Amino acid sequence: MLWFEQSPQAQNGQSPPLWATLSTDLIQARPPVTGGRHMQMERTIPAEKKRKKGLLSTLSEQKYLLFMSVPFMVLVFIFSYIPIWGWTMAFQRYRPSKTFWEQEWVGFANFVKMFEDPNFYLALKNTLGMSVLGLIIGFTMPILFALLLNELRNGFFKRFVQTVSYLPHFVSWVVVSGLVYKMLSTDDGPINQLIAMFGYEKVQFMAKSEYFWFVVVLSDLWKELGWNTIIYLSAITAIDGSLYEAAKVDGANRWQLMRHVTLPGISRVIVILLVLSIGHLISIGFEKQMLLGNPLVSDASQVLDLYALKYGIGENNFSFGTAINVINSVVGLMLLFGANGFFKKRTGESVI
Amino acid sequence: MSQSPYRNPLQKPSVMDRVVDIGIVVVLLLVVIVTLYPFLNVLAISFNASSDTVKGGITIFPRAFTFDNYRTIFSFGSIPQAFLISVLRTVVGTVLSLIACSMVAYVLSRKDFVFRNFLSRYLAITMYVSGGMIPFFILIRDLHLMNTFTVYILPGLVNVFFIFMIRSFIDALPYELQESAKLDGANDFTIFWRVILPLCKPVLATAALFIAVGQWNSWFDTYLFNGSNPDLTTLQFELMKILQSTQTGQDAVNGNDMARNMQQVSPESIKMAITMVTTVPILMVYPFLQRYFVAGMTLGAVKG
Repeated sequence: MLWFEQSPQAQNGQSPPLWATLSTDLIQARPPVTGGRHMQMERTIPAEKKRKKGLLSTLSEQKYLLFMSVPFMVLVFIFSYIPIWGWTMAFQRYRPSKTFWEQEWVGFANFVKMFEDPNFYLALKNTLGMSVLGLIIGFTMPILFALLLNELRNGFFKRFVQTVSYLPHFVSWVVVSGLVYKMLSTDDGPINQLIAMFGYEKVQFMAKSEYFWFVVVLSDLWKELGWNTIIYLSAITAIDGSLYEAAKVDGANRWQLMRHVTLPGISRVIVILLVLSIGHLISIGFEKQMLLGNPLVSDASQVLDLYALKYGIGENNFSFGTAINVINSVVGLMLLFGANGFFKKRTGESVI
Repeated sequence: MSQSPYRNPLQKPSVMDRVVDIGIVVVLLLVVIVTLYPFLNVLAISFNASSDTVKGGITIFPRAFTFDNYRTIFSFGSIPQAFLISVLRTVVGTVLSLIACSMVAYVLSRKDFVFRNFLSRYLAITMYVSGGMIPFFILIRDLHLMNTFTVYILPGLVNVFFIFMIRSFIDALPYELQESAKLDGANDFTIFWRVILPLCKPVLATAALFIAVGQWNSWFDTYLFNGSNPDLTTLQFELMKILQSTQTGQDAVNGNDMARNMQQVSPESIKMAITMVTTVPILMVYPFLQRYFVAGMTLGAVKG
């Protein structure tokens, strides 16, 4: 879902929430945290004072600030920048025992090999299939859910529904995969019991590749529906109440209010999230596919990251695995900037 | 909250309105049931005697109530140790990461800091470009972090997203606080530690929740880096192994683990008890922090 999915942090399981996808500019642009009681104070340093000081004296004056940041900049360099440098491996026949200068350079051979491998296209198809399906279902449902919640008058029930709907977000995919297997099982799974109750044949959901994409997308929806709704609900809260009053005076009914006030009111948020989702179409990660998949459905569960994992780490073919990672990142960035460029042209606003 | 903005208070709700209201409530109740049922079902099975569970038909109440499943897993091989490691990595990882991120965030918020622009770009770049899994794996191996506890803490210590989040919170605090502390003779570190940090509690709570959830739920780093070291495996990883080996009938990790797993192929109830032990601790944290993250979310949202 996010570009973080591929970062070390994400491998550490720390993928940030959906609103993490909002660009830093937007986060910076948000209003004061204390509810507007404090105005933000720009610190003004008189220009002549600043000019008089040399770099060295500034550095010594700011030694504490340096101590507080330099060690962490080193960490970021090690864990974020060195892996980017690791992209050079994609153009080598990487041997772990050799130093960088002793590696054999092979140009685009790894990429050629990748584009000749039918498994690559299978992984690409599955990646795009699941992400497009996820985009259609996983993107629209939270909006609908937010609109429905917003229709509720009873504050307690609304809070209850919200609290329950956040719950699965906090549970790991490992647990969710266990629950999904349990719920869809043919022995005692409630879904199959329902199907049997209506007199139909039980379905082996987890053993048929044709269901796998839907299983992944719908379990993702189950897990993140409530969480992804938060941002829309808060956007709805920010809509000026007088717009509703004005529309009511003009005789708008409930449906018209939703259609002509609420939806346009949150359209900016929708567009931002849409652009970011498009940017992450290709980087859907592998966690769900790996945990929900099994040998019977491997035709449908193989995604690009799993493919890289299999060849790269499983078979010690690091260069080939890196080549897949590189293609993945580059296509992802192109999609992100492409989608952003398109919407910038259309709406005059930039998301990233 | 008590009044939907769609309703005209001057008009009596029409029949149509009532029908729509009821429809919405029904739909939302369905969502609630679909969300809650799997958890309640697993909870019921985990408290049900194994011999009874195989007969099937447990819904949301245990039929033959027992604590045996929990007693078994806590006297059972790797689970207690894995539980400890999970707790340890969550606590240590969260505390250290919070300190690191808030320190960098404070430095970034200082508009007079010499490297401010550089630092800000240096961090932002890593949000857009990342090396990917394979180079990261090789890096960890070359740093000899395989089979260490450190690999759970160090790579994720500095998280750019949380830095930016905390920074924008600090930006909104009045600068006079820092100025007056400075006049009182405080150095930059003291200002951060004694003035800024205590004021940042809400944003720190939000970040702490996200970091803790990430740490607790993480299994892939164990899989990649510590999978063969039984002393350092985590609860999520153990659960993953058990689920994968029974679900697919084939091992997800490697041959040795396979052999180990086959001896402990768990009856349904044991599996569900482990699932509960993996789920409940993190679910117990979140209601306490909910008010913070909903507020944090609202602030993070784009207004207008």
